[in-house]
Amino acid sequence: MDGMNVSVWGLGKRYGSVRAVEEISMDVRAGEFLSLLGPSGSGKTTLLMMIAGFEMPSMGKISIGDRDVTYVVPNRRNVGMVFQRYALFPHMTVADNIAFPLRMRKVPRQDATRRVCDALALVQLEGYGKRLPSELSGGQQQRVAVARALVFEPPVLLMDEPLGALDKKLREQMQIEIKRLQQRLGVTVIYVTHDQEEALTMSDRIAVMRDGSLEQIGSPAELYDGPATPFVADFVGKTNFLEGECRSYNGTGLEIGIGQSGFIRLVQCPPALTVLPKPGDRVRLAVRPEQIRLLRPGEADGPALEGVVETVIFVGSFRTFLVRLPGGELVHVQVHADHNASHPGEGDRVSLAIPGHAVRVFGQARC
Amino acid sequence: MPATPVMRRPFLRGSPTSSREYGRTPSLLLVTPLLLLLSGGFLYPVGKLFWGSIFAPQATLKHYLRIVEEPLYLLVLWRTFEIAFIVTVLALLLGYPVALAMARVSGRAATLVGACVLIPLWTSVLVRSYAWIVLLQRNGVVNSSLLEAGLIEAPLQLLYTRGAVVVAMTQVLLPFMVLPIYSVVSSIPDDLTRAARNLGAGGLQAFLRITLPLSLPGVAAGVLITFVLSLGFYITPALVGGPSTLMMSTLIGQQTTELLNWPFAGALSVVLLLATLLLVVVFRRALALNKGFKLG
Amino acid sequence: MRNGPAVVVAALAIGLILFFLLLPTLIVVPMSIGTSPYIEFPPHGLTYKWYEAYFSDPDWMAATWFSVRIAVATTISATVIGTLAAVALVRGRLPGKEFLQALTLAPLIVPHIVIAVALYLFFAPLGLVGNFYGFVIAHSMLAVPYVVITVSAALQRFDANLELAALNCGATRIQAFFHIVLPNIVPGVAAGAVFAFLASFDEATVAFFISGVEGKTITRKMFEDIDFNLTPVIAAVSTVLTLVSLVLMSTIEIARRRSDPDRRG
Repeated sequence: MDGMNVSVWGLGKRYGSVRAVEEISMDVRAGEFLSLLGPSGSGKTTLLMMIAGFEMPSMGKISIGDRDVTYVVPNRRNVGMVFQRYALFPHMTVADNIAFPLRMRKVPRQDATRRVCDALALVQLEGYGKRLPSELSGGQQQRVAVARALVFEPPVLLMDEPLGALDKKLREQMQIEIKRLQQRLGVTVIYVTHDQEEALTMSDRIAVMRDGSLEQIGSPAELYDGPATPFVADFVGKTNFLEGECRSYNGTGLEIGIGQSGFIRLVQCPPALTVLPKPGDRVRLAVRPEQIRLLRPGEADGPALEGVVETVIFVGSFRTFLVRLPGGELVHVQVHADHNASHPGEGDRVSLAIPGHAVRVFGQARC
Repeated sequence: MPATPVMRRPFLRGSPTSSREYGRTPSLLLVTPLLLLLSGGFLYPVGKLFWGSIFAPQATLKHYLRIVEEPLYLLVLWRTFEIAFIVTVLALLLGYPVALAMARVSGRAATLVGACVLIPLWTSVLVRSYAWIVLLQRNGVVNSSLLEAGLIEAPLQLLYTRGAVVVAMTQVLLPFMVLPIYSVVSSIPDDLTRAARNLGAGGLQAFLRITLPLSLPGVAAGVLITFVLSLGFYITPALVGGPSTLMMSTLIGQQTTELLNWPFAGALSVVLLLATLLLVVVFRRALALNKGFKLG
Repeated sequence: MRNGPAVVVAALAIGLILFFLLLPTLIVVPMSIGTSPYIEFPPHGLTYKWYEAYFSDPDWMAATWFSVRIAVATTISATVIGTLAAVALVRGRLPGKEFLQALTLAPLIVPHIVIAVALYLFFAPLGLVGNFYGFVIAHSMLAVPYVVITVSAALQRFDANLELAALNCGATRIQAFFHIVLPNIVPGVAAGAVFAFLASFDEATVAFFISGVEGKTITRKMFEDIDFNLTPVIAAVSTVLTLVSLVLMSTIEIARRRSDPDRRG
């Protein structure tokens, strides 16, 4: 089966006066793995339900391939769907569950049996056909749900937080399995999740949603390195936010004071700037914890922030230092664990060097 | 790909905006048989009875005035509420411990207590009222036991007394008190009592401060159901009671079958129904206020 | 539970209350097998003659079969009507849904004596008193709330996503209902049907008023005989009625415990 592209134009959903989804337009390419990422209530599931045909949009248009499906009933959309808690039919065996879409499509029995076997093999559940869903583990149920959604070879597969009910280890294993399956079959996947790590791991592109709107869409690297808004910076990966005041801007460099804690100099502004601040403007800075260098006091060869280590957290492959600045801000610094090097301990004074290219500057935006 | 039937919204007004619900037209079709049944079997006949109590054939309130003016009927109304009240209080006193026990015990004892509560509920009211006649009549089980034990010299008049009505109605309605209380008490997590004990409360204190207040919604539901059912109860007072225990329901029956005074029976029915509905509406609000207690 | 005398006293008190609850149900059995034509307890000798008398009396048999026919017809009509309505009330888009729900439950709250008198007044001029169809209408109306309650509860427990999944698999609404929804709410429908049967079969108040000389139910016949002809035959009939109720309700209760996932090991 080949994937098809999915396009939505100005798609919106209102419940009375409540806007669950604002007018959203986006293109999902054929064979692409796209995640809809956002906190609960951001409208990502509603958007998915509209693509599946379960929710009628209040405005806009949806097409799959070349076909306008905006008003097509759900049972004629020919898209596969994996539900949050799998929605396996409890009174049917695994094989009957997987055969159900074929029965509804009046596929001849022999043909259907063969395809059910193939689907079971696809998700590595050969021999489980006669069991009831309640006799399977969570991970196995999840695979049955995938098999049922793929058995009729839909060009598009929708997944609504399909791994939410599994524990961390199994979830990570299933992420890789689903990703491999998708690459092998070439099916277009639209995947709803609130777990940013999951989205970063699996997706070709991620669409970050917030309050019913599309905040930013891009590849995992684009989102991580170049968040368009403070919200994206905060939601995708960990970020330190610092409030600052623009001191001088002379065309080549920018100096931003961080309260009483010091200042940061940005030499090359444009790529990091979403707004062009004037001296005196208040701005927000976003810096990833792993971009900050932790130095002894006075070791820095440029402007640096001084602070005191409050807490050291050991997280296996790296350490996180919580550093309190004189102005009261708490900064997370992440350093790769090097067992030979000596690290500052709690209560030690340190100096934080923040390279200009690692800083994102936002105006007094909402967040 | 086969030609796809496309559903255009403008053609189907009231079609659902979400597949989680059924559209308005199919929903209305689904409830139509019920509406026909309820209108023909309930609303129309009851409405006709009320209509007849006012327009017979000219508009008049005389049947209602009669209830207020004749002391006998006021007495019956008062007695109905009085008996319903006594039955409800007795049922609460007897039912609460049973509900608590039902929620606390486990294993075989739980099955036994459950059966003791459910079996009477599943026995026809008529059968149970008959059984009370057998128990309470002049040469019945209670009298003969008392005689044999030498506690009394001659059989007592037990049947057709207010005591008989109260006892029989309490027994008949007791499960309706036990079950709502049980369902609330059994949903209170054991951890709450354990937490109270851990925080220093004694057994009685833990009950008074934790279990009892949390069980109040069940008590309110049980009291409401028992009281409302007592008000309109017919079979038991009709069989076990006598002229001195005439209640609203038996009075309505008498006016209908013996005196054929339809308009007056209608007026009495209106009064009984209004009293019932008023209680339900007022109490329902009280029950709704209790929703904050709702446990997992 | 090791508090000594207090617990013993409490257990004793609860035992007494339970005895009080159970006594009237238990007493009819020995009454029905005693030899004396008068009601006496304990019975002096054992006999089946009261059951023979019941099963050979054409009046009792006529009343019994009339009740059974009514109860079966009521079960079918109330179950179908109640199930359809429950689906719409739980899942449908209906104007005035709250009012409809309240109206559906009204026959449970409104005193049966009021309904009985009203139905008698309505049925008498139509010739529906003592009539099979009159009874089926009256009893269906009284029984339908039980079906709506049990089926609604089953529908509320039913995961609506299963229906969406069925639609997504290509099923139409109607296919989804019969293949997916109905098999999963069958316990609720069956329980509703049993309640409906008993609501009709054991119903006495309305039956007392809308029975006729020709068409009378077993409950009306019992009521009359209790008033005018108190013999142990009534105890035999009571035992039969009680057995029917207990067997049906126990079946439902056992089935419910089996299917209730909370109670599974």
